[in-house]
Amino acid sequence: MWSRRRRISLVNTLLTYLVLVPGALLFLYPLLWMLSTSLKPKHQIFTYPIEWIPDTWMWSNYGEVFNQVPFWTYTVNTAVITVIGVVGTLFGSSLAAYGFARFRFPGKDALFLLMLSTMMVPIWVTLIPSFLMFRWFGWLNSYLPILVPAFFAQPFYTFLLRQFFMTVPIDLEDSARIDGANRLQIFLNIMLPLSRPALATAAIFAFFFYWNEFLLPLIYIQDQTKFPISVGISSFISEYRSDFALMMAASGMALAPPMIVFFLAQRYFIQGFVLSGVKG
Amino acid sequence: MFNSDLLRREAIQGYLFILPWFIGFVVFTAGPLTAALGFSFTDWNGVSPMEFIGFENYIQLSQDSRFWQSLKVTLVFTFFYLILNLIIGFSLALVMNQPVRGIRIFRTIYYLPAVLSGVAVAVLWAILFHREFGALNWLLGLVGIKRIGWLVSESWALPSIIIMELWRVGSTIIIFLAGLQGIPPELYEAAEVDGANRRWRLWSITIPLMSPSIFFVLIVGFINTMQVFTQAYIMTDGGPNFATYFYSINLYITTFRELRLGYASAQAGVLFLIIFLVTLGIFWVSRYRVNYELV
Repeated sequence: MWSRRRRISLVNTLLTYLVLVPGALLFLYPLLWMLSTSLKPKHQIFTYPIEWIPDTWMWSNYGEVFNQVPFWTYTVNTAVITVIGVVGTLFGSSLAAYGFARFRFPGKDALFLLMLSTMMVPIWVTLIPSFLMFRWFGWLNSYLPILVPAFFAQPFYTFLLRQFFMTVPIDLEDSARIDGANRLQIFLNIMLPLSRPALATAAIFAFFFYWNEFLLPLIYIQDQTKFPISVGISSFISEYRSDFALMMAASGMALAPPMIVFFLAQRYFIQGFVLSGVKG
Repeated sequence: MFNSDLLRREAIQGYLFILPWFIGFVVFTAGPLTAALGFSFTDWNGVSPMEFIGFENYIQLSQDSRFWQSLKVTLVFTFFYLILNLIIGFSLALVMNQPVRGIRIFRTIYYLPAVLSGVAVAVLWAILFHREFGALNWLLGLVGIKRIGWLVSESWALPSIIIMELWRVGSTIIIFLAGLQGIPPELYEAAEVDGANRRWRLWSITIPLMSPSIFFVLIVGFINTMQVFTQAYIMTDGGPNFATYFYSINLYITTFRELRLGYASAQAGVLFLIIFLVTLGIFWVSRYRVNYELV
């Protein structure tokens, strides 16, 4: 005979699976549908009931995207924006985070609060004056309006890194100071290497952000050869609206890098939520 | 003297480290914010001379039915999305907190959509929602539910976008799971010894101790949801018949299609005011309702 506790845990396990298994299928459903549609020949797309398995596996649908639009150019552009955006975010935000985490200066708490409160400012409020300013700089139709602000510390990442920096024991820095290192050296040679997990977390969040960014390139980039994938896809959906296979193949290729990064870096991704969220 | 010198040095170095942030704050946030406030009292298309018109934009806003529709759509969307996201996220986190075999695989699957966003996701869901050949109506057909118009139906378009956003509930689940795992197990053991049943434990231990996470999810969710743009821009362009005419869609059209920069600035200012006041309100409530002890 099972003990009462054991019986409860068995029921618990069964109930858990009863929720999680159908739920997981539901969460995967859109992605499976995307994969299936992107590989179907034309005649199978508009069938009802749906045929999930293609008669012939049309891998050429993916190649067709490259024939119809300069998708390779879009991908390179997106990669450029993402890499520079991530580097800029880490640069500015880690400097500010270190300043807020490790120094005493008048007005620190007020400035930190001010920084956090700018997260409330909707992008739409600063958009028009920023647009005019960047036009005046002659930056329209370039990535500068998207990328230059990245180097000047983003509040979310600064907060995240500061939270981590504050957990690093200060003794290590003190001993380096006794050895005569200045604060910038300590930051570069001690704090940053110790903070690799937090930097990785910030980098991953920034990667998702810049990879998916749509509004800013939509507004600032006019040249098709400078489009990132997001704007590229949005410009061709009106033309290919009925070509589901092509649209799914393009979307699939746009979503693949974030998925790969997610699978490779899941640990950091989850840690980021823990750092940023709970004890805020 | 020596000590105050050191302190001054430290302060200067501290300011130097946060200087890039401060420059960015002035140039990319505070400056534009002030300018936008100024623009909101003008009539301007960005080219011809700017004309000062006082509160005219705000008065016009109060009589602009398109503006009220955009506000209504956004508030309805935000309200239902936040509530459902909270309930579904919390329930799934409770379920996923069970130590069953293979839980890591489930967590991965549930988190995955949370990292996907933007145009590609909107395109994917637009096809998924297709009335005749979409996979969603096919699935519902299996259980005998008749075809739904989804994005082309005036009553279903907004719920469609809510459903699509709930697919990305994974980030909320992660935050709640982290919170749940921070609750000391002794509390539950003590409650069990005292004879507390499951529901009582949920209401008197779990939910109060999770209040900081709930608070965080609500604030961040509110600020982001009020600015929703890409989904409607790609999937519906605000239609059908203004059913998904979000605040940001109205702002985009006023700014970039009608070039009414002064009027758009007034709308942006109102959005900021709403976000500011509601966030402040949530903070105010949280002072009495959020339990930071023990966590």
